[in-house]
Amino acid sequence: MNSLEVSNLKIWDSRTGKVLVPHSSFHVKQRSCLAIVGESGSGKSLTCRAIMRLNKALLHQSGEILLQGVNLTKLSEKEMRKKRGKQLCMIVQNGMRAFDPSCVVGVHLKETLAWHYGWGRDDITVKMKRAMESVMLKDPLAIMNSYPHQLSGGMLQRVMIALAIVLEPDVVIADEPTTALDTITQFEVIEQFIQLRTRMNCAMIFVSHDLAVVKRIADEMLVMKDGAIVERGATRDIFSAAQHEYTRFLVSTGLTLDHHFNKIMGGVSHAEC
Amino acid sequence: MAMGRYIIKRVLISLPLLVTISFFSFILNQLSPLDPAEVILHAQGVPNITSELIAETKARLGMDQPLLTRYVQWFVSCLQLDFGNSYVTGKPVWSLLGPAFLNTLKLTLVSVIAIIALSITLGTICALREGKWVDKSVRGIFFLLTSMPSYWLAALIVWYFSVKLDLLPTSGMDTYQSYILPVTVITISFAGIYFRIIRSSMLSNLNEDYVLYGRACGLPESKITLHLLRNSLQVAISVFGMAIPVILGSTVVVENLFVWPGLGTLSVKSILSRDFPIIQAYVLVLAAAFVIFNTFSDIVNAALNPKLRKDH
Repeated sequence: MNSLEVSNLKIWDSRTGKVLVPHSSFHVKQRSCLAIVGESGSGKSLTCRAIMRLNKALLHQSGEILLQGVNLTKLSEKEMRKKRGKQLCMIVQNGMRAFDPSCVVGVHLKETLAWHYGWGRDDITVKMKRAMESVMLKDPLAIMNSYPHQLSGGMLQRVMIALAIVLEPDVVIADEPTTALDTITQFEVIEQFIQLRTRMNCAMIFVSHDLAVVKRIADEMLVMKDGAIVERGATRDIFSAAQHEYTRFLVSTGLTLDHHFNKIMGGVSHAEC
Repeated sequence: MAMGRYIIKRVLISLPLLVTISFFSFILNQLSPLDPAEVILHAQGVPNITSELIAETKARLGMDQPLLTRYVQWFVSCLQLDFGNSYVTGKPVWSLLGPAFLNTLKLTLVSVIAIIALSITLGTICALREGKWVDKSVRGIFFLLTSMPSYWLAALIVWYFSVKLDLLPTSGMDTYQSYILPVTVITISFAGIYFRIIRSSMLSNLNEDYVLYGRACGLPESKITLHLLRNSLQVAISVFGMAIPVILGSTVVVENLFVWPGLGTLSVKSILSRDFPIIQAYVLVLAAAFVIFNTFSDIVNAALNPKLRKDH
């Protein structure tokens, strides 16, 4: 069964009329992970934000987006807000900037969970503590009482994963979640994403331009170039026999990076693939 | 804990600053080409000013002593709110300056509250409706209003509200209604600039990832706006903090137009009659107000922004 189905998604700039994503159609099956790959400016983030309906007001979109059979494009803003977080959870690129810099991290967690579930303070603390421990965050209470600038990017990324665990969404959208991290931290965060998939029943869209990471986590992948999908299929097939010239280019340059990554990680990622 | 330490540190830093300022405001008057003794004798209407009379007056006022001794004496008595006597009327300076300062402070504080309320409201509305007609018309109207000189604007609204409609008093500070017109004039000229600071600060914050993540987590816009305001206000608070002493020192025009018995009226009168002790005290009080409100806005900023509280 498809968790999320996107058909004929078109995104354009209403001022200039320039089409940024001409027409995208894809779907994500329940419990599977779809990677969207492409260089920056290829429309990956636009596509993710279009699913969340969070693109800037000047960017308009058309097409159908079905989440568990419900057409998101037809929902009112209020109904859409209820879907965000609870059913459609997004994890953004830069953990260091994802939380209000003037508040301790716990404020965001409490606001979000109290809003969706109406839980009390203590309830939230207990549930978040458990989730944060499960993503290998030590001393969750101290983290919840810390300001974002006192924590590292990897820690904040895992706080976002922990929040997703508590929210139990149908689809998790991770928009380049590892780009802002160094290689070692990247490895730890990817491990948590893999566990998130196995532990929960959710589908995942994983946006990245790092093929080594994609190879480890995704079942299927889309390759985007200049807003259009140029190749799609099972990750394994694309890595072994890419059809499109651009994909072949990405794979060949990506694999040299992959080799470097494996050397650092002592060949772990390759062995598990 | 960090907050308490920050407040103590910030207050301690401002103390030497206050002493330095007092020294400069004392020196400033010594630089005047006019001899104070001569001015006093003129003010007292002495017909024939001889050099013996000047020397005698100097000795009586202790002006023949070294500069530093006089400064220390002056500074110590200033701490007890004793700024000496007016050359012109002979009354203690504080009995003239105190009530005038209080009147101007009242006008300033009411104006600042109005300025803050108006700037935050307009700044928020314009930022959240960027490029829409509300944003454009508010910016256009306030561009027009702030471009008007305050004396002209004051004359216009006095003519309309007091003379034509007979709703509000034209001058004085007898009732609460007396505040409305002068506060309006001050508010319009300042809020027109400050709401733009809040608007642009909010617009740059709107592009931050925490706004996107907050929305992606399904938080309502009201909650997100509060987070936005908290972060956008940090720029504005320093400006608001400085607005208080700036208005205290710049009410001359408004006070004269509305016959407000405040600092502006008193200072102009003193400058014209070369009443040095009052001018000296006026400069000192205003400079101290700058230091105090600057310290205050730094502390409020630190309360909003955890990064500022960090120990270095």
